[in-house]
Amino acid sequence: MKYLDEFRDQTLAEPLLKELRRSVTKPFRVMEVCGTHTMSIFRSGLRTLLPEEIELISGPGCPVCVTSASHIDAILAMAELQNTRIALFGDLFRVPGSNGLSLANASSQGAKVDIVYSPMDSLNLARKYPEELIVFLGVGFETTTPGIAATILAAKNSALDNFAVFSTHKTMPPPLLALLDDPELQIDGLLCPGHVSSIIGAGAYQPLADTYKLACVVGGFEPADILQALILMARQIANGEARVENAYTRAVRWEENSRAQQMVRAIFKTADMEWRGLGVIPESGLAIREEYSHYDAERRLNIKLTPATEPKGCRCGEILKGKEVPSQCPLYGKRCTPGNPVGPCMVSSEGTCAAFFKYTQ
Amino acid sequence: MKVIEIQGDPDDFLSGQIALVDADGIRKETRLDIVDRWPDLGDYLIIHAGFAIHTLDPQEAETNIRLMREMAEKVEAAEAVEQRT
Amino acid sequence: MNPGNTILLDHGSGGIASQELISQIFLKHLDNSILASLEDSAVMENHPGKIAFSTDSYVVDPIFFPGGNIGTLAVHGTINDLTMRGARPLCLSLGLILEEGFKLDDLERVIVSIAECAKSADVPIVTGDTKVVPRGKCDKIFINTSGIGIVEDGVNVSSTMAQEGDLILLSGSMGDHGITIMTRRAGISLDGNLASDSAALNELVALLLDKLPSGSLHTLRDPTRGGVATSLNEIAAAAGLAVEIDDQAIPVKPEVRAACEIMGLDPLYLANEGKCLALVAPEQAAKALQLMRSTAVGTDAAIIGSLKAGKAGQVVLRTAIGGSRIITPLHGEPLPRIC
Repeated sequence: MKYLDEFRDQTLAEPLLKELRRSVTKPFRVMEVCGTHTMSIFRSGLRTLLPEEIELISGPGCPVCVTSASHIDAILAMAELQNTRIALFGDLFRVPGSNGLSLANASSQGAKVDIVYSPMDSLNLARKYPEELIVFLGVGFETTTPGIAATILAAKNSALDNFAVFSTHKTMPPPLLALLDDPELQIDGLLCPGHVSSIIGAGAYQPLADTYKLACVVGGFEPADILQALILMARQIANGEARVENAYTRAVRWEENSRAQQMVRAIFKTADMEWRGLGVIPESGLAIREEYSHYDAERRLNIKLTPATEPKGCRCGEILKGKEVPSQCPLYGKRCTPGNPVGPCMVSSEGTCAAFFKYTQ
Repeated sequence: MKVIEIQGDPDDFLSGQIALVDADGIRKETRLDIVDRWPDLGDYLIIHAGFAIHTLDPQEAETNIRLMREMAEKVEAAEAVEQRT
Repeated sequence: MNPGNTILLDHGSGGIASQELISQIFLKHLDNSILASLEDSAVMENHPGKIAFSTDSYVVDPIFFPGGNIGTLAVHGTINDLTMRGARPLCLSLGLILEEGFKLDDLERVIVSIAECAKSADVPIVTGDTKVVPRGKCDKIFINTSGIGIVEDGVNVSSTMAQEGDLILLSGSMGDHGITIMTRRAGISLDGNLASDSAALNELVALLLDKLPSGSLHTLRDPTRGGVATSLNEIAAAAGLAVEIDDQAIPVKPEVRAACEIMGLDPLYLANEGKCLALVAPEQAAKALQLMRSTAVGTDAAIIGSLKAGKAGQVVLRTAIGGSRIITPLHGEPLPRIC
C-alpha cells in the first residue's frame, strides 16, 4: 500500500537501526503510550533488534484494556435488556466483566450483539431494527471520539431516534500526568501516539516536556517511523534535552485538528473517568452534553455504575502503569491466555499481555 | 488511501461529506466530517474507524521519507568513510 | 414444483415432493449411474491401496460470494482433506439440511456448482440425503460432504513424517477466502476484486506424488480455518521441530493485504480454501515448486521457510526488517479491530 510499504522497507530500516545504535550513549527508558505502537513493535520484530540500552515500557494506551470492570459490567447489563442491541468494535467482544463473563457469553445466551467497523455502521443497524435501541459502545481516545461525536450528530440530523452511545471515552494527557507524578515510575522519554497526536497536535505534549523533563517524540506506526522517533529521542537524551519533536510529520502538526476537536466539544464535555488499574482520574473522560442526552445510553437506560473488583490475581493495573511486565503476573500464560483471557490486557489485540504472549512466547 | 471521488460540501455537515478512497484496488467510502483539511482528488487520507482524520498530500509524505533517507544515508556515508580510512 | 418456488417441509418428507426435488434438481445436475440407481447405499469397485476417509460440514454465511459458494466449498473442502494424506479421491457423499423457505433457485445454483466442481475434479457424488427443517432452525442451507480416497502403496504423507531440513512450500497466495467472506458480512463494506480461492487440489497433489521421487513429499496441510499460522503450528507440534518462515517470501495479493490493513487483520490467520502447505525434502524442493507452478491452482507457489531443530512446536517468522517474532495458533475468531 502506498505510503505504508515505504516505511516498512528494510533498506530504510537497516541504516536507521545503525544510526539508532550510534545515537544511544546511555541506557534509557521509553514509555510507548499507544497500543498500536506496542503491536507494531512486536509485529515487525523491532523489539528483537533494538539496542539493549533502550528499555520499552508499554503505557495505558490500549483503549479496551483501560476500560474498567464496572463499565464492562454496565455493558453486560445493557446487553440483557429487551429490545436493546449492542454495537461495538471487535476488541471488546471477549472482555470479561467482574463475574468472568463477556459479551461473547451474552451473545450465546441470546443477547443481540453486532460488531461494526465504524460507529456510523451502527446507524445502519438503527434503520434496520427500528423497534430496537442500538447502543454503540463508545470506547477510545482522542482519535476515536470525534467520529463518534459525528455519528451522534448524524443521528440527530437524520432524526434517528433509536440510537444511543455508552460513553467511556477518555483523553490521553491526564493519565500520563498521573503516571509521571508517581515517583516509582522513572522514565526518560515518551513515544507519543501517532493518531491521537494527529487530533490533539504535537504541541499538547509541551507541558510534559517542560514539567517532567521528558523527551517527547511523536512517532508513526511503521518500523521506520518508530526508529526515526527513537533516534530523535536518543539524541535528546544524549544531549540532556527535553523537547517535543515530531517524527510523524506527514500525519501530525503542532496544532490540533480543529474540525475534529470542535466536533468533540460540541457533543461532549469533560468528566471524571474511571480507568482500569489507575482508578478515577479527574477530568480524564468525556460525557455526552445535556443537549444530546437523548443519545446518552447511560441516562436513557438509567445505567448506574457499581464498583467492581478486578479478577483476583490479575496484574493488569500494574502492567498498564508500566510498573510490571506480563511475566510478573501470576496468571499470565497459565490461567490467562489469549484463548481464555482473564484480564483486559490479554483480551485486546493491542493489549500488552496479548502482544507479549502472541509474539514472544 | 488515495482519494478518487469526493461528495458533499466542506462547509455543510448535512451534505453527506464522503470520499471514495482506493488502495490496491480496494475501495471504501470514508466520512470527511472530522478530517483536518478538505482533500483534493489524489490526496491520501489517514483513516480511523471509517473516518478520515488527516489529509496527507503526497509531497508531505515524500518529505517525510526523504528526511528518513537522509538520516539513513548519513550512516552509509559515515560507514564508507570508516571503511576507506 | 410449487408456486412459491421455495423449499417446503414437504420436500423433506420422503414422499412425492422429495422425489420431485431429486429428479428435477439433484439428478438433473449430478447425473451419474451410481447415484441415479437411488439405492440405499453406493457400491464402489475395490481399489488396491489403503482407504482414506474424511468428512466436513459447511455452514458459511453468506452462501454466495465472489469466487465460489457453499457448494464449491463442500466439494473442494472434502477433496482437499483427502488429498492432504496423499489420497486420490474416489467419490463423495452429499448431505443437505435445508431451511423451510429457502429459494429453489438458490438451491439449484448451489447444486449446479457442486456438479461442476465434482466433474472438473473428476470425483463423483455417489450418494446423498436431504432433510428440511422448520424456518429458523437452520440458516438457508447446511451441507455435509464425506469422501473416500485411495492411498497407493508406498505413499505415506502426514505431519509426523516432517523432517528437520524440510523446505516448506505454499501453493499460492494467502487469505483470499477469509478476507472475501469477512468483507461480505454485514457492517463491513469494502469494494474491490477480492475473491475466494475455492479450488480442488487433487490434480496438484497427484502431480507431486507422480513426479517427485518416492518418499520426498513428507507432509501436506490445507490451511483452512486458522490460516497458515495455525497449520504451521500443528505441523511443528506433530513433527516435534521448529518452523522458520520468511515474511517476505509469503505470497499475499496486494488487494488482500490492503483489505487486511484496513480491517486490522493478519493474513497469516485467514482461511484459505484452495491452497496447501507441502513439506518436501530439501533436494526436491525446487522441482516441487516448479511442479506446483505448472498447475492452474499453483501459479503463485513459493518456498516460504523450513523445518529446523529448535524449540519443538515453535513457529518463528523473520520479518521484513530483519527481526523475528513468534507465530502462535489462532485464538478465537479473527475480528476487525478498533484501529
